[in-house]
Amino acid sequence: MEIFIAPVKFYSALLLQKLVTELSKRFSSRIQVIDLKLNLDDFFSIDRKQYFSTQIIAEAMKLTDKFNGKIVLLTDVDIFVPALTFIFGEAQLNGKHSILSVCRLHEEFYSGISNENLLLERTIKEALHELGHCYGLRHCVDWECVMHSSPGIEEVDIKGNTFCNKCISNIEGYKS
Amino acid sequence: MEKKEKILIVDDEKIVRESLYHWFEDDNYFVDTAEDGEAALKKYEKEKFDLLLVDMKMPGMSGLDLLSKIKAIDNDALIILITAFASVPSAITALKNGAYDYVTKPVDPDELAHLVQRALEQRALKIENSQLKENIDEIIKPDNLIGESFQMKKIYELVHTVARTDTTVMIRGESGTGKELVAKAIHINSSRKYFPIITVNCGALAESLLESELFGHEKGSFTGAQFKRKGKFEMADRGTIFLDEIGSISLKMQIELLRVIETKQFNRVGGNELIKSDFRVITATNEPLEELVKAGKFREDLYYRLNVFTIVIPPLRERRDDISLLASFFVNKFSKVMNKQVKKVSKEAMEFLMNHDWPGNVRELENAIERAMVVGKTDSITVDDLPFHLSNNNSEFNGDEKSLASMERKYILKILNETSWNISKTAQLLEIDRVTLYNKINKYSLRKAEY
Repeated sequence: MEIFIAPVKFYSALLLQKLVTELSKRFSSRIQVIDLKLNLDDFFSIDRKQYFSTQIIAEAMKLTDKFNGKIVLLTDVDIFVPALTFIFGEAQLNGKHSILSVCRLHEEFYSGISNENLLLERTIKEALHELGHCYGLRHCVDWECVMHSSPGIEEVDIKGNTFCNKCISNIEGYKS
Repeated sequence: MEKKEKILIVDDEKIVRESLYHWFEDDNYFVDTAEDGEAALKKYEKEKFDLLLVDMKMPGMSGLDLLSKIKAIDNDALIILITAFASVPSAITALKNGAYDYVTKPVDPDELAHLVQRALEQRALKIENSQLKENIDEIIKPDNLIGESFQMKKIYELVHTVARTDTTVMIRGESGTGKELVAKAIHINSSRKYFPIITVNCGALAESLLESELFGHEKGSFTGAQFKRKGKFEMADRGTIFLDEIGSISLKMQIELLRVIETKQFNRVGGNELIKSDFRVITATNEPLEELVKAGKFREDLYYRLNVFTIVIPPLRERRDDISLLASFFVNKFSKVMNKQVKKVSKEAMEFLMNHDWPGNVRELENAIERAMVVGKTDSITVDDLPFHLSNNNSEFNGDEKSLASMERKYILKILNETSWNISKTAQLLEIDRVTLYNKINKYSLRKAEY
């Protein structure tokens, strides 16, 4: 089964390229970049100045029948679900689609200092995390596991960057 | 995955119910929803929920009314109210009527996660009467804490003894001996294991950054700080903070550190709110702290505060028994990572490894194996694959050693190998008695090489 990365309002070609390289090292599945031509304007909340991720996923579902595999929508815009101020990502449990926003993974938001390596590390962790949900995984209690919940950036940094032995068995084609 | 507590979400907005439902479900909670107070009450009468998240403003029965009705059924019911905007009077009423807390919608996910976790934990503690499970016979080791030598067994015993207490621990040992792994072992064997162990390398941070790193900062406290940031002490709440290279912090930071460790309270940079955090402190150093104290470079009060229980990790040269075990572990590890079919270390290469003094300890051994596996062409590591500086170091006695003990160890091993470990013959050649020889063999952890 292939993994498709669909950049939507995502502007860093270098980060995209690095993410694909890193995921290719970890999965035996082919990692492909696709253009869904998905327009996000309808999902923008004027009050919140953020995009509603559940609706974005619902829209993506209409455009992705021909792709047989897992699809990660990758975006620079800030996303939310009602009731929460923001989310890093959302995924269909045991499903095909997920969305990941790198908006709040940038270190300059927190410390004012840009750190591209840290951004890549966080992006890899959260991409693996959302893919884990698509492979049926829920949050893991092991802090070394990338499936540990990360409601804030600190938890993203603390948790490990790979799956624990328990979770790994659910992930199809994961190398190590 | 084991399921956790039962949560009931009560909100008239379907979209809010659904987003909270999925969010909590991912965290392995049993989640149910109700669209109004009446439906919630019916569900609560049928089955008990550990926690209720209730919208304050709903058509029909309000959140406050529902709170009173549920509390009448079960006074211990745990209820968090959600308000669309911060309304102080109604929030006070809610708290007076027995709500655990209230949050404003939309809720910061981090805040909600911690609030729910804390509420449920308090409840569990109350129910279980905070009895800690005793009688753990063996410690759980992090995967890469390796060693079966008597020195390492002694360390496991110390870890076992100290883990279940909240005592401050200082880990001492040369660079590369695995101080962080021992800290992890203490943490995962303690009652704090479900919360993180936060590592701070004090030597790697500039003093100006260390303060924000340790204590966090508020949004807008300096240019570019668009969001608030929790510090390491805050992140270690209910977990462990591991302060590595503690000897390298400045006197100014030592004062701050002592204050925080003693009070468990601090302010974020640019903030007035007093943050409380419940953490355990483990420190590590390879510096002679006692000398730093004498020289006035390390505060004596902080030294005594940190040095309550000490674990000293011996250098690898003093636990040579573990070298072959460690080498096999690293061969296995790197063969997976590098996808190489290297299976073992050749007899000659192992002799090299066993007789090297490893000034860089386990880390140096790991690097040596990694390098050997990169350059190696066969399925076993040979002497030629080992890093260049090792190839001058052979099993023969050489005159470069500075320590008398080290020379004695090598010389005894040389004679033992020459006599094929014939104890009487070796004792005779060394002109010592057999008991003395046995004592020396134990002292230097000498073992007959078995491949």
